[in-house]
Amino acid sequence: MDIETTQTAEEILSERGAPVVMFDQVQLAFDEKVVLKNISFTLISGHTKIILGASGSGKSTILKIITGLLRADKGVIWVNGERVDELSEREMMNVRTDLGMIFQEGALFDSLTVRENVGYKLYEESDMPIEEAHRRVEEVLGWVGLGAYIDRMPSELSGGQRRRVAIARAMAFKPRILLYDEATTGLDPITATTVDEEIIKLRDLEHVSSIVVTHQLRDAFYVATHMAERDEKGNVRIVPATPEKEREAEFIMIREGVIVFEGDADALRTSTDPYIQTFLS
Amino acid sequence: MLTFIENWIKSSALEVQEYVLMVRAAVAGIFTPPRYKYDIVEQFDVIGVGSLTVVLLTGFFTGAALALQSGLTLDQFGGRSVVGRLISASMIKELGPVLTALMLTGRVGSGIAAELGSMVVTDQIYALRALGTDPIRKLVVPRLLAGFLMAPVLTIISDFVGIVGGWIVAVFQLQIASGVYWSSVTQALYTQDVWMGLIKPFVLGFVIVTTACHVGLRTKGGTQGVGEATTVAVVTGSVAVIAVDFFVTKILIATMY
Repeated sequence: MDIETTQTAEEILSERGAPVVMFDQVQLAFDEKVVLKNISFTLISGHTKIILGASGSGKSTILKIITGLLRADKGVIWVNGERVDELSEREMMNVRTDLGMIFQEGALFDSLTVRENVGYKLYEESDMPIEEAHRRVEEVLGWVGLGAYIDRMPSELSGGQRRRVAIARAMAFKPRILLYDEATTGLDPITATTVDEEIIKLRDLEHVSSIVVTHQLRDAFYVATHMAERDEKGNVRIVPATPEKEREAEFIMIREGVIVFEGDADALRTSTDPYIQTFLS
Repeated sequence: MLTFIENWIKSSALEVQEYVLMVRAAVAGIFTPPRYKYDIVEQFDVIGVGSLTVVLLTGFFTGAALALQSGLTLDQFGGRSVVGRLISASMIKELGPVLTALMLTGRVGSGIAAELGSMVVTDQIYALRALGTDPIRKLVVPRLLAGFLMAPVLTIISDFVGIVGGWIVAVFQLQIASGVYWSSVTQALYTQDVWMGLIKPFVLGFVIVTTACHVGLRTKGGTQGVGEATTVAVVTGSVAVIAVDFFVTKILIATMY
């Protein structure tokens, strides 16, 4: 049998439809408290996985396990073709080059300026020439609309601006997967929508696969039901998503460490599960 | 009761294990790349230059008070002229290293625990790791190097200003001739004393910084946790300084004298 072309793992993973994150029967407990119980899901390249659940249900823990900040007790975890549950902290550093994480409250380094925060990885952990790193920092800050704040300290920014700087920091090194941990929690609806639009733009224009952890239903549905597109003049517009696009955003609902729902926005809305109905009401 | 003791033993063993692992990783981080040069220079400034004022004041007034006290005692034996000998021996062998270390624990140990503790509770340590940085190399190694190398420098300065403080009291209060004081200072000093005064601060600087880093990185809870970590770092660091000083002194006496 002739095989005309051979794809590398990287090429396969960069294709749309390829699985970039896979959880298989993942379990985690802190002492007696079970945090995650048999969690299994797959994130497809270019898609969005929205993880919903009440506070303390284990949502953020999933993101920390993906980035290797926490270790699962059992189960198999694949990220970008690497089985991360078997990797050491040093080996995880390579996997993290393609992962960006936006932490709850931003987790900006408060002793560094916005420029230094956004360019942290480029300045400290890469061989990129300093001028090029400066240009990239200015570019991503312009992208999130905070170019004028480049020399400010994080303490001088509002909550929404801090989240947007955190997004800029996570996207500065062009990762293919972005993980959002309660990126809009505590923000007013207008600022939250601005952050949601950044998530949509990164997904649809930069083709970043994303996992959005939230308990803000309004933001979860906004991200799932909208898409970004460029008009003829190159301006970016956020418009209601097509049915196909809407199906690329999949919801997971977690209750006390267990997945109680998995499906798209329509299936979530029409679910008859009493817990889900209470959550949605 | 048994469960309480069992839990206490378990948590103590865990703390010791985590401390040893952190120290091992930090020592390995000194000798292997990547190294964060700017952070190392910054910590030398913060720990070394930043502690200068407090060390100068402490050393000076300790020497001066020691001269006043020992002058009174030595008068009873007609030995006022040898006050310099007592001051130099006390400052260089014991008071200089220990008091400098205690001052560093209060100033530097608390600062390190508060800073690292705040970074833990605001997820900045997680953010560092997520951005591909090893927090031990970025945060602990620069502080460890600065504490280890600057503690002896600060101790030497403290010893010197302590002896100067004693000299001022000896000349103006005890009416001892300046020449008599300084010759008395050098007469009492043996090479072993100088070595003891130099070796101790290396060990104490290491203990202060590693204790503070360990406590800071193990902070739990919010701002209350940061406050607790700061207190624990100062209390543990101070007790460790006194205890380690005793054991180092014992070892050095057994090996050098």
